[in-house]
Amino acid sequence: MSLKIKALTKSLWVFHAATSPCNNCDIEVLDLFTPRHDIERFGMTLVGSVRHADVLVVTGVPNYKTKERLKKLYSQVSKPCLVVAIGNCACGRIMFKESYNSPCPVDEVVPVDVYIPGCPPKPEAMIAGIVKLINKLKAKEKK
Amino acid sequence: MKLLLSYLIFPGFLFSACIGLFAGWVDRKVTARIQYRVGPPWYQNFMDIVKLLHKEIIIPEGARLTFLFAPFLGLLSVVLMSTILGRSLNIYASGFSGDLIVIVYLLVMPAIAMIIGASSSENPLASIGASREIKAVLAYELPFILSIIAIIVKSGGSIRIGSILNHQAFAGSNIASFSGALAFIVVLFSIQAKLCFVPFDASEAEQELMAGTLIEYSGLPLAMFKLTKAILLYALPVFLIVLFMGKDISPIFLIGKYILILVSIILIKNTNPRLRIDQTLRFFWGPMAVLAVLALGLTLFGL
Repeated sequence: MSLKIKALTKSLWVFHAATSPCNNCDIEVLDLFTPRHDIERFGMTLVGSVRHADVLVVTGVPNYKTKERLKKLYSQVSKPCLVVAIGNCACGRIMFKESYNSPCPVDEVVPVDVYIPGCPPKPEAMIAGIVKLINKLKAKEKK
Repeated sequence: MKLLLSYLIFPGFLFSACIGLFAGWVDRKVTARIQYRVGPPWYQNFMDIVKLLHKEIIIPEGARLTFLFAPFLGLLSVVLMSTILGRSLNIYASGFSGDLIVIVYLLVMPAIAMIIGASSSENPLASIGASREIKAVLAYELPFILSIIAIIVKSGGSIRIGSILNHQAFAGSNIASFSGALAFIVVLFSIQAKLCFVPFDASEAEQELMAGTLIEYSGLPLAMFKLTKAILLYALPVFLIVLFMGKDISPIFLIGKYILILVSIILIKNTNPRLRIDQTLRFFWGPMAVLAVLALGLTLFGL
């Protein structure tokens, strides 16, 4: 494993993009940084600016307004950047599928690397998803 | 050649960056333990820097040349400062007359680099951060320099670090006297503000300004700003030790005093809420400036 990938997997900085969610997933994302789950053990921190981010965490169904914002955010991140869709809405916009204000799911706007379903997913599920993300990075390196 | 080596490796860049990044880990770990968390592993800050070196560098549209020039200014001047400080601690009488003044000047440079970089990035949040940084610099420089003058008067008007250390070796540490203790409190709060740590970090407040002055930086320039902060975290407590606790600077005592000051800075950081910028200004020009003037006056009476 090269130093580049190792450093990336050991220090993933997360930027939280909320594209019109119901705030339930956002609260569960914040739970990851509390004493019980403490994800800073693996070097992850929430960053304020999107330029510093390595992982874009997306929650909610994009509507006409936030879809453009999400596209713009993804173009502003310094690459390599990974995208994680958290919650049923971001994974497949379940009951909002026929809604007048939901033009498309998240993965038609930005390329999604890992899907974490649940309404909201438990923090343990999110940690499992992050482990999948890291394994995916390592597998990509091997090819 | 020898000078270049000492600039790049031993008391200079490599050594002080390693110590500083390690001190940054101590900061994160102690913060985590205070909040009943576990905290990151010891190599975390090194990994962050290596990762940032491999990221893409984005230059925002409309940014000027100074956007890329500012991180170099900050890093180079801080490395020069830590080299002068390290050499005058290591080798007896290696300093030159007036190196204290040079160090005080070089300590302002990272803040100026931050201001230049932020204001040339064409981002409204960064420009708010830059204006707050300017006010913070104006606020903390006055009591900082006043209490350094108190130290200079105390050690017989000498502006050489070597002779300040000499004076303390004979007459006891400066902090042991009444005026020295007052000046120490003032300088401790000033370096808290110089490091942009929590009570005085309005310029890069993460919750309101989204990293403020650093908002447009990514990749290598961001890594250079992080290294600048790390070296400051090493050099400022050492500067404090030289000025105030210079009686015994054998390695074990030096490390012990360094850890003492580092942990007290971290505890101040973790037990205080962020001040607004006008409160910062009032704090430094009010109580802190009065304390510094008092220390200066007491020194003139020889207390």
